[in-house]
Amino acid sequence: MVITNDELQKQLEEKFGADILTFVKPSDRLSCIAPKSYNLKILQLLFDHYNFKFLNDLTAVHYPDNIGGELAVVYHISNLQDKVYFRLTVFTSIGEPDVFTATQLFSAANWMERETYDFFGVQFIGHPNLKRILNVEEMTYYPMRKEYPLEDQTRKDKDDQMFGR
Amino acid sequence: MRPVRFNINKKPVNLTDSVMMADMPPGHSGEGFFATQLSHVVGLARKNSIWPLPFATSCCGIEFMATMASHYDLARFGSERLGFSPRQCDLLMVMGTISKKMAPVLKQVYLQMAEPRWVLSVGACASSGGIFDTYSVLQGIDQVIPVDVYVPGCPPRPEGIIDGILKIQNIIQNEDVRRRSSPVYQKLMQEYNIQ
Ligand code: SF4
Repeated sequence: MVITNDELQKQLEEKFGADILTFVKPSDRLSCIAPKSYNLKILQLLFDHYNFKFLNDLTAVHYPDNIGGELAVVYHISNLQDKVYFRLTVFTSIGEPDVFTATQLFSAANWMERETYDFFGVQFIGHPNLKRILNVEEMTYYPMRKEYPLEDQTRKDKDDQMFGR
Repeated sequence: MRPVRFNINKKPVNLTDSVMMADMPPGHSGEGFFATQLSHVVGLARKNSIWPLPFATSCCGIEFMATMASHYDLARFGSERLGFSPRQCDLLMVMGTISKKMAPVLKQVYLQMAEPRWVLSVGACASSGGIFDTYSVLQGIDQVIPVDVYVPGCPPRPEGIIDGILKIQNIIQNEDVRRRSSPVYQKLMQEYNIQ
């Protein structure tokens, strides 16, 4: 039986309560915003009962203006048999960016969570090896957070007047 | 029909003008002998037998491949053989973006080369970070190793790379054989923490 987006939404609302979940449907892909403590429960339910066994992507977004929920951790998962996609977003505050790891569920999350930690500083609780993966280990900041300008701050030879900045 | 405009006024081939010969170093010659300084001979020999080590990490490397291929043919300048072992080579050609994570690797390759060694930095990225003014990219390889010649461009045309090679050859020819033990050179190496 192919599960539809509406059905999925109904099931999730029944299970977790409609008041804590927010659903949006920007395209044919169902998106759900949930409290961060629910991330594993929702993923587990979808994994076990609705055959969402493939983690397409896991990343984070920094919204500096969203006070109390500056970092959004986004999971893209799919049910490859029925061609259904699902996106789960959880918000966490930047002061305490702790989110449960999904590595027990998806092995692919190991790499992606390390990358998300590397660039956004999200602390994935329970991750087996949470350290930098792409950037140099000596880096002391999380470069994709918006308070860090893109330019290399160590340069002294660039004259702002010449470079139009 | 598109008019044919190419090669209708063919230039006569003039071998005496278009073939470049290496100049003789200054010296004394007589019947059956030629006397000159050893450093001139060494310079001439080194200059025309550079073994480059290509360190090509991105788009500039493609331009280098064109430089090596039949059309531009770096072999004309005595660099027939590329070495892929730093121990054998004397010219490190860095072509492409060097990320900060790559910097220790580049430095190690440089350290593995035996003296005398020269470094050619090809392209904006290797010389200054280029368009990648960002947290992950080394802003010029001269932050980790000394560079002899910079070739500007993004990417430089093969002519540019050849010009850089010729400049390197010039340095090699005119370099004092004892330059490497001079205080200036030692100080430069000290700055890079290289013994
Ligand atoms: S200088 Fe330009 S062409 Fe060369 S590696 Fe950098 S971006 Fe690529």
